[in-house]
Amino acid sequence: MITKRIIPCLDIKNGRVVKGTNFQGLADVSSPIELAKFYSDNGADELVFYDITASSEGRQLFTDVLRQVASQIFIPLTVGGGINTVEDFDRVLKCGADKVSVNSGAIRNPQLIYDAAQKYGSQCVVLSVDVKRVDGSFRVFAKGGREDTGMEAISWIKKGVALGAGEVVVNSIDTDGVKQGFDTPMLKAVCDAVNVPVIASGGAGSVQHFTDLFHAIPTIDAALAASVFHFGQIRIPDLKQELRNNDIIVRL
Amino acid sequence: MIAIIDYGVGNLFSLCSSLERIGADAVVTSHPDVIEQAEKLILPGVGAFADAAKKLQASGLDVLVKEQASQGKEIMGICLGMQLLFEKSYEFGEHIGLGLLKGSVIPMEGTIPAELKIPHIGWNALKFTKESKLLRYIKEGDCVYFVHSFYVDPSAGSVIATAEYGKDVTAAVQQGNVMGCQFHPEKSGEVGLSILRAFCESEETV
Repeated sequence: MITKRIIPCLDIKNGRVVKGTNFQGLADVSSPIELAKFYSDNGADELVFYDITASSEGRQLFTDVLRQVASQIFIPLTVGGGINTVEDFDRVLKCGADKVSVNSGAIRNPQLIYDAAQKYGSQCVVLSVDVKRVDGSFRVFAKGGREDTGMEAISWIKKGVALGAGEVVVNSIDTDGVKQGFDTPMLKAVCDAVNVPVIASGGAGSVQHFTDLFHAIPTIDAALAASVFHFGQIRIPDLKQELRNNDIIVRL
Repeated sequence: MIAIIDYGVGNLFSLCSSLERIGADAVVTSHPDVIEQAEKLILPGVGAFADAAKKLQASGLDVLVKEQASQGKEIMGICLGMQLLFEKSYEFGEHIGLGLLKGSVIPMEGTIPAELKIPHIGWNALKFTKESKLLRYIKEGDCVYFVHSFYVDPSAGSVIATAEYGKDVTAAVQQGNVMGCQFHPEKSGEVGLSILRAFCESEETV
């Protein structure tokens, strides 16, 4: 059986991890290479690197870091942040990324999904969507959740998949940072609408939240989180053991 | 020296890095002389079968690879590279492969339960069906990373491992000097590195 994936997400600014914390045995917690290795050795099924730098110097540092991580860590790597063109795909894929996630760039130009899928295959194109409830409907937000696009989320996700996105990361702005659990009603609506892997994001605060997610939505494929892992609140080996104890199939 | 055959398909960054990690002496090449001199060959590949088969033919490497394999040189196909070792594929039509192994490549669509997602993406556990040099450093139940929508018909005689995805899906094959993995060993952590190590080791050290 295919296993449910647990995916830590690392925000990178000017080549350094933002929000790194003090892990035992890690000399430099803001080193993306050290942290990536730590997660890989501790049961992460995949890693997401999110480039939050705006400058071209920062972007250069990011690709340097990516190349170093990819040459030392042998699990799938997804890269996001600042992906606006097929050339941006090319830039990060050449440095060892396996998948590339698009968000605002695809909202501005949905054709980007199609063009990238044609060139690199759907398995390479991840559609990342920030969703927030507005007047009782699920709305897509752009620019890191700051701008309401007015688009209805489920139809945007369906469109993205039809254009060639091979996976979808759905981040709930309503539950993000609140640590009260994943947004299961919204995520279920997404899972019911598309037949590609769906990765849940936003709201993880405890091990129980992951168990609840996978029990509530058996068709969801993976859970992504950042701070609960970075701040050591949840250790991935403990999380996976607990998931297995609850009959959720994971890679141990 | 191990030659990674470069016929313009896919990204070889991770494969090269993982071979470097296990200390294998590998080069990426499309040069016939280098391929002939190599101790072993790796045939990588992602994307569509027809397109890859066409590229392999256009470069003339199909003939060379078949020749080398029939002389007994060890060859491992990875992902689409493994599928290319077989006689034919039914991916969007019917296409001829290298024919080094008997069997064909079939779509998941219509052959696995409809509620399962396609592609088969993620970590799945291996079930061994035969003993093989490729599997000697790993154990049954170890997980490896898959990304694919087509698979080798598991009735093929060369199947050495499968993964359960609604049914038993071919995960690895070996027949004599010809072998392959449907999954990505270069993305499958320590388990994947162990499989690459098993392939890359010289026979004397076994």
